[in-house]
Amino acid sequence: MSAKKETLGKTILVVVAVCLVCSIVVSGAAVGLRSLQETNAALDKKSNILNAAGLLANASSKDEIAQIYANRVEEKFVDLSTGEYVEKPSEDFDMYKAAKQPEFSVKVDTSEVKPGFLRRSSIASVYHVKDEAGKVTRIVLPVHGSGLWDLMYGFLALDEDGQTIRELIYYQHKETPGLGAEIQNPEWQAKWDGKQLYKDGEVAISVDKNVGNGNQYAVDALSGATLTSNGVENTLQYWASENGYGNYLKRQSWKS
Amino acid sequence: MADTKEMKKALFGPIIDSNPIALHVLGICSALAITTKLETALVMSLALTSVVAFSNLFISLIRNQIPSSVRIIIQMTIIASLVIVVDQILKAYSYEISKQLSVFVGLIITNCIVMGRAEAYAMKSPPFMSFLDGIGNGLGYSFILIVIGTVKELFGFGTILGYEILPLVQNGGWYQGNGLLILPFSSFILIGLMIWAIRTIRPEQVEPKE
Repeated sequence: MSAKKETLGKTILVVVAVCLVCSIVVSGAAVGLRSLQETNAALDKKSNILNAAGLLANASSKDEIAQIYANRVEEKFVDLSTGEYVEKPSEDFDMYKAAKQPEFSVKVDTSEVKPGFLRRSSIASVYHVKDEAGKVTRIVLPVHGSGLWDLMYGFLALDEDGQTIRELIYYQHKETPGLGAEIQNPEWQAKWDGKQLYKDGEVAISVDKNVGNGNQYAVDALSGATLTSNGVENTLQYWASENGYGNYLKRQSWKS
Repeated sequence: MADTKEMKKALFGPIIDSNPIALHVLGICSALAITTKLETALVMSLALTSVVAFSNLFISLIRNQIPSSVRIIIQMTIIASLVIVVDQILKAYSYEISKQLSVFVGLIITNCIVMGRAEAYAMKSPPFMSFLDGIGNGLGYSFILIVIGTVKELFGFGTILGYEILPLVQNGGWYQGNGLLILPFSSFILIGLMIWAIRTIRPEQVEPKE
């Protein structure tokens, strides 16, 4: 360590030079790769929606996913307080981002069910799944709620009667691998097929122990993951209620 | 330029003889957290190896210009930049895995192996040797991660890289997955066993009793 390189001017020069080079490299990488990253994120979302729609098995490549999505899925926007369709609020609308902005969101009513978040967007994205002839066969609804560790995000697919569950696909969560993360196990996902959200117009779906085969309104809880199972139950009960998609599902606007 | 023997030592030495995890006990946190599945362990190894190698290279290139009063900060700046670049590349080309690794790629910045090699080796050695040393230490880290990832995935989930080897009871097979192994702390036990094994083979690594 010679004395020469310890002068103040030299130190500042080296620090500035290093920072400059590093920032150019970092911003270069971020800007250069952004379009690829956005394509990936969009494709990931599409493939999850297709999975909930029951169409993912037909798609093997990225292009096919994009193509099937374009042909069979239509994104719609619903005002959750009335349950009616509205225009797309803005070009880059995202209901999870909107939930953070006071002017686009409402406070969550936690008197009946606690879904684990405090605000939700007043307008939600829903997805119509259509058959070849253009008739709506399934409705895919984005749902989220807290599990044991963090919010769990998923898609709930319903039949066109607005009450029979077909799929519940979680795509983002931080639950414990092997325990709570079994919400992504295909065996457990398959248990949702055919369950009913409502009984005589009331939210009836639950996640319980020892449900048995005959029960149409409940799904077996995951063993060793009680809090995750409770989280799933709260999530569904919240979103099925009038605070969530209840009004929309009652109105059944997709039929007209 | 260093001779071949020295190059070999820089490259392969850290795998067993001076393994960063087993001998120096550095970089434990990430080794605990992301070894639940072999695939994430592999990607993490790759990410860490490239970060150590290039941070060693760049730091060694400018080692004679770095004023010693701010050297740690300069090392951190270079390491952090490299980590961000690796994270961006993962997000662009391997989106699924980057979602699973999430925060741990970012935490490479705080991985003691990177900082340790920069300070202990790259500050005093020529660029090419530092680069090799970085790759070598990355390999040493990878070696431990891959062994632990394999054990944990095989006996915890009954799979290797997602392929079913031992059919689980949940999926209609006969193997009851070991729930302990899928939790992060079981890596403590496994790393301990590996250190024991390595020190039995190489008794010179055992610290003298105080």
